[in-house]
Amino acid sequence: MSDRETILGKIRRSLAVDTNDVGRRAIVIARLEGTPRGIVPKRGQLPAEQRVSLFSKMAEKVSGSVGRVAKPEDVPRAVAEFLRENNLPAAIRTGGDPLLAGMPWDDTQVEVSHGPSDGGDPVGLSHAVAGVAETGTLVLTSGPDNPTTLNFLPETHIVVVAAEDIAGDYETVWDDLQKRHGKGHLPRTVNLVTGPSRSADIEQTLLLGAHGPRRLHIVVVG
Amino acid sequence: MEITSNTFKKNAREALADPALQRAMSHVRSGFIDKRARAAAALPEFDEIRDTGRDIKNHTLAHLDLYLEAYEDRVRSAGGEVHYAETAESALETVLGICRKANAKTVTKGKSMIAEEIGLNEYLEEHGIEPVETDLGEYIIQLRHEGPSHIIAPAVHLNKDQVEESFRAAHTDLPADRDLSEPTSLLNEARGILRERFLAADVGITGANFLVAETGTSVIVTNEGNGDLTQILPRVHIVVASIEKIVPTLNDVSQIMRLLARSATGQDLSVYTTFSTGPRRPDDPDGPDEYHVVILDNGRSEMLGSEFKEALRCIRCGACMNHCPVYQAVGGHAYGWVYPGPIGAVLDPQLIGIEKAGNLPNASTFCGRCEEVCPMRIPLPKMMRHWREKEFERHLSPATARYGIGLWAFFARRPRLYQWATRWAMRVLANGAIGKGRYTSLPLAGGWTKYRDFPSPEGDGRTFQEQWAARRKSA
Repeated sequence: MSDRETILGKIRRSLAVDTNDVGRRAIVIARLEGTPRGIVPKRGQLPAEQRVSLFSKMAEKVSGSVGRVAKPEDVPRAVAEFLRENNLPAAIRTGGDPLLAGMPWDDTQVEVSHGPSDGGDPVGLSHAVAGVAETGTLVLTSGPDNPTTLNFLPETHIVVVAAEDIAGDYETVWDDLQKRHGKGHLPRTVNLVTGPSRSADIEQTLLLGAHGPRRLHIVVVG
Repeated sequence: MEITSNTFKKNAREALADPALQRAMSHVRSGFIDKRARAAAALPEFDEIRDTGRDIKNHTLAHLDLYLEAYEDRVRSAGGEVHYAETAESALETVLGICRKANAKTVTKGKSMIAEEIGLNEYLEEHGIEPVETDLGEYIIQLRHEGPSHIIAPAVHLNKDQVEESFRAAHTDLPADRDLSEPTSLLNEARGILRERFLAADVGITGANFLVAETGTSVIVTNEGNGDLTQILPRVHIVVASIEKIVPTLNDVSQIMRLLARSATGQDLSVYTTFSTGPRRPDDPDGPDEYHVVILDNGRSEMLGSEFKEALRCIRCGACMNHCPVYQAVGGHAYGWVYPGPIGAVLDPQLIGIEKAGNLPNASTFCGRCEEVCPMRIPLPKMMRHWREKEFERHLSPATARYGIGLWAFFARRPRLYQWATRWAMRVLANGAIGKGRYTSLPLAGGWTKYRDFPSPEGDGRTFQEQWAARRKSA
């Protein structure tokens, strides 16, 4: 007998259940299809503008920095300014995300290169498909235009998120993702990012920049 | 790793006399307890979500066979492979097989308690593959050839000078006169060294905090980002996880996510919560070409039918050990195996046998703090009592303890004799301690009086029953 059959058999023996019990199967299917929500904290259940403020407040609480611009065309200027203020090189690495690609980067001095990171890029730029106000969390998905390496290898990570994509809670984000990718399907990687990388493994001292970015800057658009 | 749970008393004595360990353990309060309390208080729904978390896990465990099948289907349809492993040996062979097929020389590892449980590092080394731990704490203890002393902070038993010493011994290519006096410089050095290892590894192995049946997804939670670099850079990603990590849906995961980091480190959410489904898709610019999940049983399916099944709700946050007075005093290594603290005292006898770990359920004052803070409301003290009963039934407890309990039982079964004997003992104890109120030594109680005084009985040398009777009369 394979390990699989042995394990499933032992589980059924322990639970004293039968494989042919249709009632149990129906319960499982109902949960997987119905995906009931549990308790969603009131904290994030706010009108749009307050949601954005809570998102920014929570992201700053975990040592992220947040800027805001009115429209996508303003992003390159805001990014250039951030790089200058922090004495960072005017060069970013990004994927081919349509929102970012459509921005007027030529109006700035920032040099833009495209593709995944090999660890040599000081600054990565990504587009988050959503934000979660509850905890100041960014939601980034992998795909042809969004390399996951950009979220982890560069020392500085700049993430653009549309104000209208900032949800109150995780549950809303899952609903939206399933609408986009099909029920029961997710992109290869979904990264929930809440602040820059950190470790407290040495004497419980909190230090930023363990293996991932030392700095996380968020640009909210709209 | 060598199991030393049966010498817990000796281990604990040594731990109490170890000044470096005691210094390191003093960080537990500010590092974990206060932060957890603040984070829990800041979310009004926290206790209610603990109830839903418990219910989700109970529901999943009651339908575990079916959720495993659903999960497996989803992983396969996303292009991943699922391997079941009934035992640690079977899991080790499976992982080695995948590594060999990939011609792997080095593997990077995200922190995984299951990998510790099955002894994966030693096994890979024996078979010519170099495992590189990438979580800072795990990296430090790997250099020191030690096991983890905490399930989420594996190096919590060390001070920074000990880390410095290990780094100087291991990183001999770096200038000997470099400054490593600050934790930041230690972190930066590890970051630099491990960055090279991440980029060079052939296989990346991570654990999983959750396996989601709805989507066939494995979820890891980290603060450093090491787990992510482990799983996106190498060509092959292997997940090792145990059967009880299954959670039905993304919404269910969201409930438990709200409990995990708050209970563990006092964060609202860990920095990186990463959902991985299958290998990279055809047009993806990065990510692994292969994705394997090794699902381990190792005694858990039997637990499911026992009085210990509720321990399978555990999400490995570490709150029970952080709040345990015994753990705080002696640290994790005294427990002698992979899982320390109250949850270890419940899991270890099941996983490695009561003969080897039956001593651990005795390492408790039954203060109940572990159950109070457990996000999944696991009745840990009750389970430790079950193990104590089993240990006694199987004649595994020491002869003196058995003799003592036998003697007590002789009197307890004879109420008149019992009352007479206790009355006599109370008078003697009360008279002997006049003026002091306590004993610094007592015959037959040396084990107690060696470490603390024995208080003399209150109530003028009357037994509890006498006092009770007197009180009822006067009322």
